[in-house]
Amino acid sequence: MNTVTESKLKRPGSLEKNPRLSQWLSVHRDGTVSIFTGKVEIGQGILTALAQIAAEELGLAPERIRMVAADTALSPDEGVTSGSLSIQDSGAALRRACAHARALLLERAAARLNASIRDLRVEDGAVQAAGHSTSFWECAGDALFDREIDETAAARPPHDYRVVGKAAPRLDLPDKIAGRPRYLQDMALPGMLFGRVIRPRYGFSKLVSLDDGKVKSMPGLVAIVREGSFVGVLAEREETAIAAQNALRKASDWDAVPPLPQDIHAWLKSHASDHRVISEKTNLEAKSRAASTLEASYTKPYVSHASIGPSCAIAHFQGEKLIVWSQSQGIFNLRRDLALALGMREDKVAVRHAEGAGCYGHNGADDVALDAALLARRAGGRPVQVQWMRDDEFAWAPCGPAMALTLRAALDPQGNVVDWQHELWSNGHSGRPGRSDSPALVAAWHLARPFERPASINMPLPAGAADRNAIPLYDFPSQRITNHYVREMPVRTSALRSLGAYANVFAIESFMDELAAAAHVDPIAFRLRHLEDPRARAVIEAVARLAKWEEWTLAEGRGHGIGFAKYKNLGAYCAVVAEVEVEHEVRVKRLVVAVDVGLVVNPNGVVNQIEGGAIQSTSWTLKEQVKLDERGITSLGWEDYPILKFSEVPAVEVELIDRPELPAVGAGEAAQGPTAAAIANAVAHALGLRVRELPLTSERVIAAIERQ
Amino acid sequence: MGERFRLTVNGTATEVEASGDTPLLYALRNDLALKGTRFGCGSGQCGACFVLIDGHPTPACDTPLWSVAGKKIVTVEGLGPKGELHPLQRAFLDEQAAQCAFCTSGILVSAAALLERNHKPTESEIRAALDRNLCRCGSHNRMVRAVLRASGQAS
Repeated sequence: MNTVTESKLKRPGSLEKNPRLSQWLSVHRDGTVSIFTGKVEIGQGILTALAQIAAEELGLAPERIRMVAADTALSPDEGVTSGSLSIQDSGAALRRACAHARALLLERAAARLNASIRDLRVEDGAVQAAGHSTSFWECAGDALFDREIDETAAARPPHDYRVVGKAAPRLDLPDKIAGRPRYLQDMALPGMLFGRVIRPRYGFSKLVSLDDGKVKSMPGLVAIVREGSFVGVLAEREETAIAAQNALRKASDWDAVPPLPQDIHAWLKSHASDHRVISEKTNLEAKSRAASTLEASYTKPYVSHASIGPSCAIAHFQGEKLIVWSQSQGIFNLRRDLALALGMREDKVAVRHAEGAGCYGHNGADDVALDAALLARRAGGRPVQVQWMRDDEFAWAPCGPAMALTLRAALDPQGNVVDWQHELWSNGHSGRPGRSDSPALVAAWHLARPFERPASINMPLPAGAADRNAIPLYDFPSQRITNHYVREMPVRTSALRSLGAYANVFAIESFMDELAAAAHVDPIAFRLRHLEDPRARAVIEAVARLAKWEEWTLAEGRGHGIGFAKYKNLGAYCAVVAEVEVEHEVRVKRLVVAVDVGLVVNPNGVVNQIEGGAIQSTSWTLKEQVKLDERGITSLGWEDYPILKFSEVPAVEVELIDRPELPAVGAGEAAQGPTAAAIANAVAHALGLRVRELPLTSERVIAAIERQ
Repeated sequence: MGERFRLTVNGTATEVEASGDTPLLYALRNDLALKGTRFGCGSGQCGACFVLIDGHPTPACDTPLWSVAGKKIVTVEGLGPKGELHPLQRAFLDEQAAQCAFCTSGILVSAAALLERNHKPTESEIRAALDRNLCRCGSHNRMVRAVLRASGQAS
């Protein structure tokens, strides 16, 4: 990284790109404050946490804060809501912006009251001095915020916090729990038509023929739209659009696709296009002490996002302007790719965020926006809502990439790691819009003049992507970490919660247990002897204490295990202890989690994210794999892609280690890798043998027992 | 198309004009503007669209309109007394028992049916009653606690 970039990074959060105060907030006469953020609510509770930060710095009751949904016409461009970065990016920027805004408001109030700032008594926006009063609402306006943000304006010291650090109820939940319309799926615009898209059953093939005779005459059908191999329908009623979609699926014929590899992990290992050593340390003296070596290979399958609500979008052409309502994680990037695909100028396209079902990464949200826009172009100025069906989502949303990993290590006679090697093979973990010359949107690849399908890429370290968390946090004297990037994509892949960290941490932490066993050392003691970072040690020690690790009693078919990581090696520290029972299948009974996210903004929100992440990771780890045959994805419904059920969910206990003096980092992805590793280690502990292929299904467990 | 169906939804008699094989889900959402019942899978496997039909949790996504004529339908909007939240909904808010909340309507419907027949369910009875409802965000344990709380068994 060069020095110019480094000096830029010193500007907090998203201020670099959005330096004007008016980009972040406006104070209204009615005693409310609008807060603008480019980050979006995807079920993680970010708007509530950002509202807390704004209320804190402005010194206002949280009820006065109005979080404005991100909109390309109004909001600061903060890129993508991903990577557990929203608290760092948007939170840090809002903290500075609101601190500066408060200073300006107090300055103006002091002038009005003819008093000095330190003589003002300020309470929830009301300002008094010497028997006279004014307020923030009276002092705002007249372009007061039309200036660059002064980063040196004094922000409130953490020990004075009244709102940040306290559990705050989510702002969006009252509507959602009452069943009031709130989601994008619930929007009903006047004259709105319903659209559905017909895609090939398997893969990126071309339309050969379409027999639309019967469908054309369906009552209520408005149009069948065909542009090259893109086929969609528009109808007055939603069920008509679905019936037309089903009929046209049966009446369409598509090219065959090249057969998919059936052993995807062997295929990945033989198709790498780029080999990069991302970390190398050599200590010959240490290596010379090697007394034994171990090697193990691990795999992770393709994993689906599997949100309960499939992706949805609304598009509306108003004259030559296009307005799109989307649940995208990156509305500015989506606008760019929509303009590219539609041949429009970017300033003629506006994208407004609307909340959807839970989002855990790059799902179909962006793709369906182009579907809706292409159909809206033929809708005679009427708005069009497109809702993907369940099988559309399973078949066409990008999957979390399959990965293969091989680890080798050498131990000295005392059981210390003296050499460590980690190799990984994976497709790219980002195929998001806004990053390529060609739109990263499915429909664009099916048009009459199709755009090229961009290969998914990996973002660079330190955050990384396929190689996220591949560099161990442990202090090994010698190490070599190699990322084998596979460009060719048999299955479309992109970002899924924690990217490569899930598989890398699963492999590293599994292997640490295998080494600990070889060294005849307790797994926790083995980790601590290789770990200096005090915050890392603290979460491991905390989780051991909470789980009563030392007091474990052996019993047939029961085991416990630990997993640990510092997310991205930059963010939250998280350690998990899993307790399992294994007969024919694995039952996770209890997860104990200790986490350090620095300053905790909303404790309830952090616990909710960690608990949810741990349960989702349990589901991935025990059950989930996208099923493929030679033609494509065959797991297109919940019967073929089961996820964890209520009766299978373990008890989860979370302890937060609050560090108010340290910067707040995100919590959304910290638990994914450590939970997987803890479960795998607990299974190995229970069985006395190890399953190295995810997911840890009963077939895998039985096969491992039979192999022994 | 064009048939008229008389439905009783949340205690109110109403009429919907649509084809008889229209899934109840779209009549509720698009004709009656009751958006709380959600589309998840279209085949009754996720529970996001559950409504009570004569007291039984039923997927609205694959229940045709013709089959519910004359029956009592209750959606998430009608669980509580008019204009008020059901105790379960209050408990879900108290426990902050959701992340994206897209599955919540169907889970509230299943839980309400459970509490009708079993006023003090145990934790494992609650989990069994909710097993036809999927949640992807991992809010299960909070929801179970919320059901316990709503049944007067606050933890």
